[in-house]
Amino acid sequence: MHSLKKLSTAVAAALALAPVTVLAQDAAPVKIGVVAFLSGAAASPFGVPARNAAELVIELMNAGKAPAPYNTKGFGGSKIETVIIDESGGTTTQVTEFRNLVQRHNVDMVIGYISSGSCVGIAPVAEELKKLTNFFDCGTPRIFEDASYKYVFRTSPHSTMDNVGAAMYLKDVKPNMKAIAGINQNYAWGQDSWGDFEASMKHLFPKIAVKTSQMPKLFAGQYNAEISTVMGAKADVVHSSFWDGDLEALVLQAAPRGLFKKSTGVLTAGETIMAKLAKQIPDGTILGARGPFGPYAPDNAYSRWLKKEFQERYQVLPTYPSYQMAQAIMGVKLAWEKAQAANGGKRPSNEQVAAALEHSTFEGPGGTVKMALGKGHQAIMETAYGMSKVVGGKVTVTKVKRYPAEVVNPPEGVKAADWIAGGFKH
Amino acid sequence: MAEFVTVLVDGIFYSAWLFVAAVGLTLIYGVMKIVNLTHGSFYALGAYAGASFTGAWIAHGYPPMLSYAVLLAAAIIITLVFAPLIERGILRFMYAKEEVVILLITYSLFLILEDVIKLIWGVDPYFVSEPYGLLGSFDVGEMTYPTYNLILVGIAIVSGSGLTLLLQGTRIGKLLRTVIHDPEVSRAMGINVDRFYLVTFTFGSMLAAIGGAFTAPTVSVVPGLGVEIIVLSFAVVVIGGLGSLPGAALGAVIVGLVRSATIHYVPALELFVIYFVMAMVLAFRPRGLFSLAEPRKI
Repeated sequence: MHSLKKLSTAVAAALALAPVTVLAQDAAPVKIGVVAFLSGAAASPFGVPARNAAELVIELMNAGKAPAPYNTKGFGGSKIETVIIDESGGTTTQVTEFRNLVQRHNVDMVIGYISSGSCVGIAPVAEELKKLTNFFDCGTPRIFEDASYKYVFRTSPHSTMDNVGAAMYLKDVKPNMKAIAGINQNYAWGQDSWGDFEASMKHLFPKIAVKTSQMPKLFAGQYNAEISTVMGAKADVVHSSFWDGDLEALVLQAAPRGLFKKSTGVLTAGETIMAKLAKQIPDGTILGARGPFGPYAPDNAYSRWLKKEFQERYQVLPTYPSYQMAQAIMGVKLAWEKAQAANGGKRPSNEQVAAALEHSTFEGPGGTVKMALGKGHQAIMETAYGMSKVVGGKVTVTKVKRYPAEVVNPPEGVKAADWIAGGFKH
Repeated sequence: MAEFVTVLVDGIFYSAWLFVAAVGLTLIYGVMKIVNLTHGSFYALGAYAGASFTGAWIAHGYPPMLSYAVLLAAAIIITLVFAPLIERGILRFMYAKEEVVILLITYSLFLILEDVIKLIWGVDPYFVSEPYGLLGSFDVGEMTYPTYNLILVGIAIVSGSGLTLLLQGTRIGKLLRTVIHDPEVSRAMGINVDRFYLVTFTFGSMLAAIGGAFTAPTVSVVPGLGVEIIVLSFAVVVIGGLGSLPGAALGAVIVGLVRSATIHYVPALELFVIYFVMAMVLAFRPRGLFSLAEPRKI
């Protein structure tokens, strides 16, 4: 009798769960538009590692092989499908591609964009089309400072953190420096990066002299004259937020001229060239990874998982664009599943997923991600910097210092420039 | 004074690089009246071939000093594979069409070659930095420069003076000038104009490929490399006058020096200055500084 009661309870429970299970198995796939540079100078150091991370993470999630709480299959039981788009071609092309993703491919959401120019162009279009869009890499803080959005998110920190962190690191390791110079790309990312760095340095070192600020165009390729000018400035530190092939070209051309031996280089996106240009990066160069990624990643279950799976699949370690892409997918997955649970197990709408992602906090391969700025749409994280040291022909980082998220990011509602000018007050 | 010397040296190095990259474009236009956008593709092909051939050469432990010859050989080989194919296979059927049609065709070919490059080399960057540091460096005042930069100056001088000598001092040069002046009459007089077109296109493209190959050690060779150079090359040849060899040289020197001075003294204007110079020249000399009066054909 007792067994019969147990059996009937089990059958009742199974019947109760049946609708959800059937729904999950038969659910339409979740279609994600993934956008990253797949051609051009930014493809190899950024777009391809990010695309690889997206493919890997989504495949493992579909198989239910990600660490908890990401170990449910797909998004809430629905298989994830991707439509991968090349970010090359400029903002106008990207806006057209975005509309295609939404209106022709009917994607459920878009995760992508490396260039700040792309993000600035896409954000209002995403809002117009009411399509959940998560910027995984672009850095300009202007996106959520100049407007507020319902459907647009960025699960990676913005560039203010990189440059405030770099200035704080310099205060810790080179407290007696007197002069700085900069070489940054002439568009939103480069200008914002230099602006934040210069202002932070002026606050932390009130007597600092700014010798020169070079702003060559994006993808210029030849930097001999800029290098001469910066060398002639004889600054203690040369700051650069160069990325992609431009960073590689700058370091290649600077190496035989000894630029980063005469002045300490601060390369805020330098982590992406550590493996490729070991011979050209002198010891003592300050390298950033745009957050706690790559060599600065915390030793948690997610970073161990990403490193192991990525290296097995691609025979290289993931660089920071891979980390950022992985955590962008993880953040959206949690939000989707939270929204689905709140929706009684039914497929959530874009509005419900956006509401779940807003102000959320989750753990990823770079540690804790808090959607704390931009009315809950912009992430903050801790950051870390270190100095290069070649060991056995490979670049490693030493003298690593970590800075908590709240120390290197402005408080909610305060523009980065105002926060820096006001002395980093919270 | 020291800064002025630095401006001059930086300007000369940039001018040399620009001239090597642009001279083939003006040569092809001068002879064939083609605005050849595949020029950027050949620059990129040269860079890829240079990086991969030289990379393999050094990886096999062959003498590094010969890597400069390998760069040159790579540029020549890759051009001989692609340029005759394009000229004989496609362009020769288009010569009777309007210039704008040929421009669109070379643009299409440029896009196709961009994808061909990705098919062959993929999207990963190629580095071959060894030749850049191999020759050491030299000092000008307080500035250190890689001796490698002098190679580009040498290539610019050799290609410029060699082409001038060829055009002005040899029988082939005379025949070529005849073809430039009037291809139809040249054909009537028994000159093999088609062969001249083939050789000119191949040689002009080869100069672009050499420019790319010798740039490869200083940059990360990635897809899209040919896009920037085509814009700069056009600025140079338009300033000098399309089809003019001395014009290309002067255009490269003007752009190089003005850019260098701007970077040193008013860096905020760097983006603007090259195109400002071009606009000023075109405002007063619409056909460029070295354009000649053209006889009107009846």
